[in-house]
Amino acid sequence: MANVTGANSLFLDTARRLSRNRLAVAGGAVILVLAVVSVFPTFFSGADPSRIDTANMLASPSSVHPLGTDKLGRDVLSRMIHGAHISLQVGFISMGIATAIGLLMGLCAGYYGGWADAVISRFIDVMLCFPSFFLILSVIAFLGPSIVNIMVVIGLTGWMGVARLVRAETLSLKERDFVAAARAQGAGDGRIIFRHILPNALAPVLVSATLGVAGAILVESGLSFLGIGVQPPTPSWGNILTAGKDNIESAWWLSLYPGLAILVTVLGYNLLGEGIQEAVDPRLKAR
Amino acid sequence: MLRYILRRVLLMPVMLLGISVISFGVMHLAPGGPVSLASDLNPKVTAEARARLNAYYGLDKPLHVQYVNWLSRVGRFDFGDSFAPDGRKVWHKIRERIPVTLSINLLSEAIIFLVAVPLGLYAALRRGSFFDRASTVGVFVGFAMPGFWLALLLMILFGVKLGWLPISGLVSLEYDSLSFAGKMGDRARHLVLPVFVGAFSGLAGLSRFMRSNMLETIRQDYIATARAKGLSERVVLWRHAMRNALLPVITILGLSVPGLLGGSVIMESIFAIPGLGQLFFQGVMSRDYPLILAELVLTAFLTLLGNLLADVGYAVADPRIRTGN
Repeated sequence: MANVTGANSLFLDTARRLSRNRLAVAGGAVILVLAVVSVFPTFFSGADPSRIDTANMLASPSSVHPLGTDKLGRDVLSRMIHGAHISLQVGFISMGIATAIGLLMGLCAGYYGGWADAVISRFIDVMLCFPSFFLILSVIAFLGPSIVNIMVVIGLTGWMGVARLVRAETLSLKERDFVAAARAQGAGDGRIIFRHILPNALAPVLVSATLGVAGAILVESGLSFLGIGVQPPTPSWGNILTAGKDNIESAWWLSLYPGLAILVTVLGYNLLGEGIQEAVDPRLKAR
Repeated sequence: MLRYILRRVLLMPVMLLGISVISFGVMHLAPGGPVSLASDLNPKVTAEARARLNAYYGLDKPLHVQYVNWLSRVGRFDFGDSFAPDGRKVWHKIRERIPVTLSINLLSEAIIFLVAVPLGLYAALRRGSFFDRASTVGVFVGFAMPGFWLALLLMILFGVKLGWLPISGLVSLEYDSLSFAGKMGDRARHLVLPVFVGAFSGLAGLSRFMRSNMLETIRQDYIATARAKGLSERVVLWRHAMRNALLPVITILGLSVPGLLGGSVIMESIFAIPGLGQLFFQGVMSRDYPLILAELVLTAFLTLLGNLLADVGYAVADPRIRTGN
């Protein structure tokens, strides 16, 4: 019982420190609003994002179209909201894949050591040699730019940081007394890894996952900018921006809003991630 | 130090082997192998080019034989012929573009270093001040801003609206008719926007790192000792703290090589700069497999080289490694 309250107060402590960090709270608020909007895109967007209206092409922002229309007369606000759904989906699923692989690799390398560690660590080093954008582009070039391919490839090229973090964390955790106690009670490797080590290694993983969502959104927008990201007519922030850049002189709103949306979202995730890091590790904050 | 460097160098073949295996694997991701995909998706690839590719990779042989064959050619910088209509050797196409991308990236790195280091140090010393908070927000915005978007906005502002700077290519059309000074000036003006955009997004990482590293260093015992000896605050900060806080920057600069190379794809496409990134993107769009593979291997190799140089630099700069074993 003492343990449980101990864990709770540690958690509350962290949450309190986090709530005092105004930048992190602002980041969290942005993320929350976006999450709600993007989970129910049809509820929040009035107009149909793919309804073409040739009478209203490149209309400037008005009460009917708060963010104007694009070159096919489609409502930009509505496309932005549906784009949020796609962009965040790419961000979360890619991050999920990367985190899962990174956790497994890191736990294996750190816990078993020896050959497993040597092989996994060299593998990480080799993967880090490839500029990830080059690797992603190559794979997309071979497999084609479907949204599933994009999420998988971003995930497969983004796990190395998590793996290194978890490996280092596991190396120190496995020497702790509570692991020895668990082993003395007859717990197997699997139980020790997933019940005792993993929960204690989660804090830094949470930070890197938060930053990972932001990174994946940026990568997808970059791919879309090059025309090999999420393919139209499915809207993503990246491809709305890309489509808008041809009309940047006459219809600035097409390029401004998606860029701002990416900027604010990525900023939100980064500020929250940094905030969590400082809250989890108060040493960083202490003078 | 010798042993430390020797270990790094001895690991190189292992790393190179890993790089080659992954690159080879990427090529064989294509369903049915690279040749059949080429014929399906790229009607421009003639039967003759496919036959050449077949001969180059020996695609009718077992996989491990293909790999060894390919590896022995790559070891001699023979990457085969490009699928592009010119059909030139891939290595020749890449070789002529390396200086462009390398010089732009080195310039960006230099600017990142010159701006981010003082920024991070000053923010650490004035922790919690207005400057600290403003620069924190500033670098985070820079980090979150999609590079291509920033490039687009700057092109509109400085290139189109104000007309101050050229927005594409490395030199103007009338470059050949300019005097020597004019040529240098023309080149410099073309580099302003690409280098600025490249450096801007890289500032955040290094300055944040510098800041937290300096904060960490100031807390060390030897700083307390230096203060206790009665040294002036200036000597403590500049001689004792900063030199130690600066050391890991060498590693960070080395680690930023792949990011900059990757970013050059988008940057060079936007600014129409004839570098490695643009060539790679053209290769991706035309499914020029020999080119894609060659660039994948070579950029990984460049990164490996960058990291090795950083490691050696670190060993030379840090007396704890230099004099130890």
